[in-house]
This record gives sequence, structure tokens and C-alpha cells, in this order.
Amino acid sequence: MKYIDHNSVVKRMNSRLIVNRILKTLFFLATLFALLTIAVLFYRIITQGVGYLTPEFFQNFGSRFPAKAGVKAALVGSIWLMCVVAPVSLILGVGTAIYLEEYAKKNKLNDFIRMNISNLSGVPSVVFGLLGLTIFVRALSLGNSILAAGFTMSLLILPVIIVAAQEAIRAVPKEVREASYGMGATKWQTITKVVLPSAIPGILTGAILALSRAIGETAPLIVIGVPVIIQFLPENLLSQFTALPMQIYDWAKRPQLEFQNVAAAGILVLMMFLIIMNSIAVFIRNKFQKRY
Amino acid sequence: MMEKVLEKASSMNNQSSNIVYNTQQLNLWYGNHHALKNIDLEIKENEVTAIIGPSGCGKSTYIKTLNRMVELVPTVKTSGKILYRERNIFDADYGVEELRTKVGMVFQKPNPFPKSIYDNIAYGPRIHGIKNKKILDEIVEKSLRGAAIWDEVKDRLNTNAYSLSGGQQQRICIARCLAIEPDVILMDEPTSALDPISTLKVEELIQELKEDYSIIIVTHNMQQAARISDKTAFFLNGEVVEFDNTDVIFSTPEDKRTEDYISGRFG
Repeated sequence: MKYIDHNSVVKRMNSRLIVNRILKTLFFLATLFALLTIAVLFYRIITQGVGYLTPEFFQNFGSRFPAKAGVKAALVGSIWLMCVVAPVSLILGVGTAIYLEEYAKKNKLNDFIRMNISNLSGVPSVVFGLLGLTIFVRALSLGNSILAAGFTMSLLILPVIIVAAQEAIRAVPKEVREASYGMGATKWQTITKVVLPSAIPGILTGAILALSRAIGETAPLIVIGVPVIIQFLPENLLSQFTALPMQIYDWAKRPQLEFQNVAAAGILVLMMFLIIMNSIAVFIRNKFQKRY
Repeated sequence: MMEKVLEKASSMNNQSSNIVYNTQQLNLWYGNHHALKNIDLEIKENEVTAIIGPSGCGKSTYIKTLNRMVELVPTVKTSGKILYRERNIFDADYGVEELRTKVGMVFQKPNPFPKSIYDNIAYGPRIHGIKNKKILDEIVEKSLRGAAIWDEVKDRLNTNAYSLSGGQQQRICIARCLAIEPDVILMDEPTSALDPISTLKVEELIQELKEDYSIIIVTHNMQQAARISDKTAFFLNGEVVEFDNTDVIFSTPEDKRTEDYISGRFG
């Protein structure tokens, strides 16, 4: 007695293949939709903004007149901001991930902490802005400085970096850790010489995503009270500053039509900034990439 | 009274001369699972001791207890003693790092680091503080020669160890273990992932290594145990059923269960 009747299988084969083809088309359309949206967005921004992308645009401060407006203060401010956010969030994030994955015992409290770190990445950025306002701006009296904004942004992206770093650390095969421990290496030696070198590509991938988010985030900066129009460059970490997304937001909400085009040019600068940052990270990642 | 003292002294003397590991009433639990039950074993210097038994009998657990690697599993509890060169490895002041520099381990699956061959071998000496390039070069060459792989890799010490074949990788792992100049080498089914020719090479290597090291090897392959070991311990359900000279175990075992196992009636 056979359980599979090959004749009826062949008969039904056609309808199975049709379902397969329909779904393939649907998924392709979904991809196409996303690609088209991005293409339209790029087209609009580039046609609007490219005319304003002159050398003067990078040399001028903000202005009431569209033709004289520039991103100098915002671009320099964003670079300063990243100089705070990148080291602070990476050190804290990777440190936390190392502790949770390598040192912390598996118990209820640590499971609870792990779960809540993942939840934190879903908290709206405005809430982090309020946190920053209360702690860094007011309680620690840092004012609306680069440092205060940088700490706030670091907190905002910390959960993303922790989770990415945890996953990268977890992906390092158990066997190579055992090899290291088996030769009398301490935990710290094993972490620095075996675990981290293998985990760095994964950690950087997460860090790229997180830093990209930090550079485009506006809400926390508004809540902290970062000004929009600034006619000087920051001198140190406690200086006032403005950042690219703030500047773009300000231009976009102005009534004059020309400012829409200036905003588009600002967005182009922001995107170039992002692309440069990502390529640096990809470069570092490829340098460390090792295969198993 | 006097006799007793003398007896004790002479037995102590005997022990120190050639017993490497003396396991006394060792019990081990994974959570509630009683994995090792009242193990008593004496392992001698410069011998190959094979541990055989069916899957899940505790042989891998036992060998991993000898360098306390088993403690990487968080739920493990132990009782009893394992004296390594007369010192209990479970003593609070005996650091696992110290123990593991004297007791090297080769694992079931070849597990080189994703580094160059040179860096793989130099890893152990480096973590123990050797920085001098000349000394490291010498250790690397000596270890690779010791693991009978020097001629195959001497021209490409800077290539990634992952570019080697499985059998070569396993000998790299053995060389890496020799580089810390251990006293004992633990091998947990070192040839189970290798092809027959690589297996033969590793077996020949083990024969050479026992001149200088004491070797404890877990194996699934009874012919292998018969070929390479001096002593054999048969484990079953977490207990040592029989421990004797290998030729005795494979020709005239005392216990019926040993006989059944080696004649292939179960396991």
C-alpha cells in the first residue's frame, strides 16, 4: 500500500506552480514599490537642491535670504556631534554587550535586563530628548551644548548598538573560545584576542545603522533646545551648535518657496555625510572580515 | 604503628613517581542529571590512556573535568577529588588558568583561530607573556615539528589556518597545544571529524608524543583505542566499569558488560 499517489500529485502540480508564480510577482511588486518611492524621493531632492550646492553653500552661515543661506554651522556642528556620539556610544555599548554576553551569569535578573534593552530601542526619540533635557542640560548644567546633545544621542542609539554587539559576540563559535580557555587564557585575554576580532565586523554593521540614525534625528535636539540660526562655529564641547537635521527642518518650514530648494540642498549634504561615514565603516569592516 | 607510617610513606613515594592524575570518588551533576558516579582512576605518566564507552556514558565529561573545562556549563556541580600531581584541582586556590597551562586539550572538531598558522601556534606562549620574536619563532617551529606538520606548512606560516585541510587543522591544533609545553594532553575524540589517512597520521603522532607527554584520549573507535593506548577505561552510564591494560580489556575483560561492548553487542 502506497501513501503517495503519483498521478494525483502530478495533477495538482500545476496549481501549486501557479501559486508560486503569483506570490513571486507580488513580492517583486513590493520590492519595486519601495525602490520607486526612493527613486522619486531622490529625483525630487536632486533636481531641487543641486542648484544650491555651490562652494558658497558650504562656506555661508544661515541667512534670511535663500541665496546667501549655507550649511557651514550645521555641517561642522554635526561633525562635532558625531565626535561625541561615536566614541561614547561605542564604548558604552560594546562594554555592556561584553558584560552581558561574557561575564553576566544566566539568571532572571540578567534576562530581565537583556529583554529591556531590546525594548528601549523602541522608545520614541522625543522621550530621550526629555531625558537629556532633565539630566544633561539641567541637572548637570551642560546647557544646550554639543556635549549634552551628544550624550542624549548616545543614549538614544545605545540599545541598538548593544543588541547588535551582543548578536555579533554570540555568533563567535564556542569552539574557538574553548580553544583559548583550554590554553589557560583568562576571560579578558579570550575576549580581546579571539572574541572581539571576530565580532568587530558585526558590531560595526550595527554601529553604522545606529550612527546613521543619530545623525538624522531631529526630535531630541529640538527638545534639548538646540538653536537653529548660529553665526559662529563651535569652539569646544561646551559650545552652542546646530546640526544638519535642525537646519533642514528650519528651512523646510519657512514660507518662501526658494527655501524648499535650500532644504533639498541641505538634505543632499546630509546624505553625502552619511555615505562617507558608511564607507569608512564598511572599509574598517572589510579589513577585519575573517571567514570561518 | 610504625609500619603503617612507613607503608603510607612508601605509597606516597610511589604515587609521586609516576601518577599524573588520581581521581578519587568523583561525582558530577549537570543540574539534576548525575553524569559521573564515584569515579576512581589513576593515570600514569608517559602512557596513553584511552577512555571508551557508548555515547552519553560520561567519557567526554570526565576528560573535560580533568582541566575543568566542564565548568563552562553553568549548571555543573562536582564532588570528590582529582589530584593532579598530588594537588586537588578543585582547591579554591588552584586557578583554572594555571591548571590549563599544564594540561593542554585537543578538541573533537579542529578549532584553529581565524588567524595565520604562526599566530595560532604563538597564541599560547603570547598569552603567557612571551614577546621575544626569536623565542616565539623557535617555539612555533618546535611545536609544528612536534606535531609532524612543519614540512607541510613551513613555507606558508602567514596564511590563514582555515586554508588547511581538516586533518592538517587538527595537527595545527595539536601543535598549538604543544606550544604551551604541557605535561598532559587531553584529546576529546580528536580523529572523529577526520578522514582515515589523517586519522592514521594523528595516531602515529600520538605514539610519538607519549615519549614526552602523558596522553588521555576519549575515542568512539575501539580499534583506535586498541591500536594506540596502553591503558583503557570502559565507561558506562557515568561509571567506570573496568580499567586495565589495553590488551587485557580487549582480550580477557573481567566484566561481562565490557566484553559485550567491545565485541559490538551494544553501543
